[in-house]
This record gives sequence, structure tokens and C-alpha cells, in this order.
Amino acid sequence: MSTPERLLLASWLLIATAAQAAGPGLGKPLSAADIAALPRSVFPDGRGLAAGRGTVSDGKVIYDAQCTSCHGIAGRGGSGGHLISDGKLTGADPDPAVNTYWPYATTLWDFTRRAMPMTAPGSLSVDETYAVTAYLLHLSGLIEADGVLDEQSLPKVRMPNRDGFDWIDAKRH
Amino acid sequence: MSEGDETSASGLLDRRLFLRRGLRWSAAIAAAPSIAIAADIPSDPTRTPGQPFSNYGQPSPQEKATIRWISANRAVAGNGVSWTPLHDLEGIITPSGLHFERHHNGVPQIDAEAHRLSVHGLVQRPLSFTIEALKRYPQRSRIGFVECGGNSNSSWNLEPLQTRAGYLHGLASNSEWTGVPLSIVLDEAGVDPAARWLVLEASDAIGMNMSLPLAKARKDCLLALYQNGERLRPEQGYPLRLIVPGWEGVLNVKWLSRIELTTEPVMSRNETSRYTELQPDGRARQFTFVMDVKSLITSPSPGHLLNEKGLYEIRGLAWSGRGKIKRVEVSADAGKTWKPAALQGPVLPMSFTRFRIPWRWDGAAATLQSRAVDDTGAVQPTRAALVAKRGRAGYFHYNAIVSWQVSEDGELSHVYA
Ligand code: HEC
Repeated sequence: MSTPERLLLASWLLIATAAQAAGPGLGKPLSAADIAALPRSVFPDGRGLAAGRGTVSDGKVIYDAQCTSCHGIAGRGGSGGHLISDGKLTGADPDPAVNTYWPYATTLWDFTRRAMPMTAPGSLSVDETYAVTAYLLHLSGLIEADGVLDEQSLPKVRMPNRDGFDWIDAKRH
Repeated sequence: MSEGDETSASGLLDRRLFLRRGLRWSAAIAAAPSIAIAADIPSDPTRTPGQPFSNYGQPSPQEKATIRWISANRAVAGNGVSWTPLHDLEGIITPSGLHFERHHNGVPQIDAEAHRLSVHGLVQRPLSFTIEALKRYPQRSRIGFVECGGNSNSSWNLEPLQTRAGYLHGLASNSEWTGVPLSIVLDEAGVDPAARWLVLEASDAIGMNMSLPLAKARKDCLLALYQNGERLRPEQGYPLRLIVPGWEGVLNVKWLSRIELTTEPVMSRNETSRYTELQPDGRARQFTFVMDVKSLITSPSPGHLLNEKGLYEIRGLAWSGRGKIKRVEVSADAGKTWKPAALQGPVLPMSFTRFRIPWRWDGAAATLQSRAVDDTGAVQPTRAALVAKRGRAGYFHYNAIVSWQVSEDGELSHVYA
């Protein structure tokens, strides 16, 4: 191969790899304040939970007013599906629900906060979200009727099926 | 070669037959029920000036039965699915307007100019990207399928549901997606060596959030801006969605607005309560990302009618989230004997592949099946084998062999065989 040919090939490779690896670098830096304003991911250990508190009894009031239309009285079922079940995970007719199937209580808080009620997602305050979560965990037999939930106690609630999941296409680290 | 050499007892002919000779076709497979042709079509189009131009073309009004089938929640109109009419389509590209939908709380209306993609968490440089900026990045295209993890879920039922093929298996569609390799954006942000996962989040009314392993994100994921050459449709994630080749549809997050690099998955509702599969022993499979090898006959299929004996082309689709389709075999006798179908190129990895095989119908009852094998050697299982292994409560990841029964009247129905 002649020298100019070599050079040509080298520069072509350079362009090819550059196109593969780099963009024009147009991302704008996010400041700490920008990041704080983004929605938060809520992890099973409680990272990302907003500070607040709610009681089971307040949660029942909120649930009865805002959730029964789609999930039924005490989470027993409606157009949005049931949340609470007496059933099992085995047998002829297994019946997964929040109380029988969900591995983490933090997920219940997070999903309710971002998505429920479906007609007005994001309308529950932080405290209301703790309250309705507390009520559903009470219906699950995991919190007393006079119980309170906050960002410290929620991640400590151990869901019965926490260890019931096997990872298939991902590795635990 | 005489025709006897090429025909199996079940009437399946050599897959090269149509190519070799100009065999005469039976009257085309009729769609049942047939659609009345609009009254205002001129009897002689060569004697009447045609229609004017249009800014955006539409299908012929005579094809108005080719639609997505919607099954939505009765209390929340934007919660549900719509199915691709695979039984009415040909080739491997799904028209964008017929790509299946799964929305949890409707199609958000998003101002593309105001939309931002934020990349933060375990990165050296948290960054925000506008759509205009992403358009300037190197673009890549790939043709591939997106399949909902819940596709074909009615086939777990005890009795086979009677509906069109696409309304059983059409939570799968295939497009050319174009956009920015995700790895470029991740490199620009500088991923911390401790990061293992991405948490992807959407700007929809459910705040869809899903965790994706970093290795996959780097390998082949695309920040898609275009589908089949045009900007994404709103229901496909306008202005930005992620394409995760071969993995379950729910990871292909639409309306993507935030990527957080983390050490572990976030354990969102849609990766714990849903998109996990309860097994007979009470344990659940989680992070079952790859869509396994699958195929079905799209024509003839339920709703089609064979109106006379004779030669038909059996046509279908095969795909695998693990790679390319290597082989598709077709049976006309409920799996007793199989013949290889012709694969129509291009045969692309993690993409729909069209298969075809001629079949001579002798007017007797028959059961049509297809069985796909991918280039990792994975074989599409029978329904009995799949149910024996996984039970019937898993709901997601159904990929068993599909059976259509042909009656002596030429009608097709869905059976378990
Ligand atoms: C207008 C109907 C509607 C209302 C009101 C509503 N939900 Fe829902 N909810 C749904 C639907 C529909 C789903 C299923 C969402 C999906 O398909 O992703 C759902 C899902 C859920 C889930 C997840 C269930 C699972 O098994 O994965 C929880 C938890 C939940 N809702 C809690 C609530 C709470 C708490 C309230 C009241 C604050 C509420 N919902 C109000 C319709 C509703």
C-alpha cells in the first residue's frame, strides 16, 4: 500500500470511529438545582422518598373518596383491578395482588404518587400518598389500624413476597 | 421433478415451487366478511379525471377494515392496548399508523421544543439534551420488532380465543427506527464505573419508569427520533423513545425524558407487579427481557376463507429477540410432518422475517402450524411444552406454536393442537 493510500485509509478509519463514538457534544450541563427539580426515582431502600407522613385512618378517607370507584371497597376490585387478595400464589387459581405479590412497599408509594388516581395523576400530596399507602399496607396486614408511615418507616415494611423473584436476564451484583 | 416428489401427504409443496414455475393460483383467499366497495367509484377510471394531490396520503377507503383493534379499560379510555392487524399485512414493515399500542394512561401531547432528555445519576457530567440537538448527532437506522411482553397472552387461557390472528398476536410490530446510538450520549455524560443500570422515565400520565442493564444500553440501544422515515408518531413516543432491540416492548420507553444511571434497578411497579411471570411453584421470573423465538401463519388465518380446493401460499412471520431466524417449518397435519418454508430476505437479527410455502388444499380438514428456529438454536415450543414448563399464570412471554384449523368448508379457526 502506498503512503497516500495508507494516510487515506487511516483518516477514513478515524472518521469512522469518531462517527461511531462521538456526537457534537451538545448536551447542556445540569446544575444541582436542575437535578433536584427532576422527578425522583424511589428505591427499595428508601432513597428518593420525599419527607412526609400519613396515617392509616387518613388513608382510608382518601382511599374511599378517590380510589374505590376503580379498585373497589378495601381494594377488593373494580375496573382498575383489585389491590388486595385473600388468594395464594400457587394452586389452580393463583391470585397475585399488592399484599400477596409485591416485593417492595416503596413501589406502592412511588406508583401511587406518580400515577394514581388515574383521572388526576400527581394530585395527591406527599402526606396523602403516605396515608393511602399506609391504608393499603394496613389492609395487607402489615401495619396496625392506628399506624403511621413516613420516609423512615416505609422502606422498613417487609413485604411477604420480597424474596419471591428470580432474575432471568440480569445479574444481581 | 414430478409434482408427487414435491408434495407431502398434507399438501405442502416444495418452498421453491412458486419460483420455479408459474403455477396457477386458486381464486385469492377471500376476506370474510367482504367489504362493500364505496358507491362513488367511477366505473371506468380511464374516462374520469383522478383525485387531486394530498399533503399526507391515506390508505384506500376500500381498505378501511385494516385497523388496529382497540381493547381499552372501561373507566380509563387511555389504558389498554391496540393490536396490529397482522392478518391483513404483507412484507415485514408495519405501517406506522398500524403499529401496536400499549398506553397506561393515554398518549401524552408533548411540545417537542420544550422537551428535554436529562441524563444524570452516576455520571461525571449530568446533561440535558433538546430534540434539535439530538437531531444533529450521528444517526443510525435499524429494522426491528417491538413486541409487548404481554403479546399473545390470551393463549394461556384454557380455551382458544376466536379472533383474527393480529388480535391474538399483534402486540408485535416491525419498523425501521432511526436515531442516536444511546452509547454516544452515555459517553458524553461519562458513565461512572460503579453504574450498572439505567432508570428510564417517560413524560406520560403514568410516569412510566423501567430499569435497563447498562451493558444492553451500550450494546445496541437507540434514542429513536424517526419511525419508517418520518418523525415518531405521538402514540409511538413523539418526540423521543428508546429502542431496545429484541427486548420486551415495555423497555422501549416512549416519551423518554429522563435517564438516571444507578447501581441497581429501581423496582418500579412495571418491573415487579407487572412484566414478571408467576410460576407454578409460586416464584416469579423477573427481568425476563429477551423476547424468545416465535412465529405464526398470518395467511390463511381465522377470518380468511378458502373458497375452493387448490393451491394457496401459506404466509407468516417469524422473529426472535436472540438473533436471526434460521429456519421456519410449516405443518398442515397438526405437527405430524413438517416442511421447511422459504425465508424471504432480508433476514435481519431481532426483526420480523417473512416466510412462505405453497400448499395444495385438497378440501379436507387440516391444521396449519409454523415452527421457528433462531440462529442460537432456540426452537419455538409447542403449547403443551410451554404450559408444562411455565404453568398458565405467568401472563407474559407466550411464544408457543400457533395452530389454525381449516374446516372442510374452508373456514379457519384457532385451536390448541
Ligand atoms: C379512574 C380509575 C382509577 C382510579 C380512580 C384509581 N386507579 Fe389505581 N389503577 C387504575 C388502573 C386502570 C390501573 C392499571 C394501570 C395499568 O394498566 O398500568 C391501576 C393500577 C393501580 C395500582 C397498581 C396495581 C397493580 O397490581 O399493579 C395501584 C397500587 C393503584 N392503582 C392504586 C390506586 C390508588 C391508591 C388510588 C386512589 C388514590 C387509585 N389507584 C385510583 C385505575 C384507577
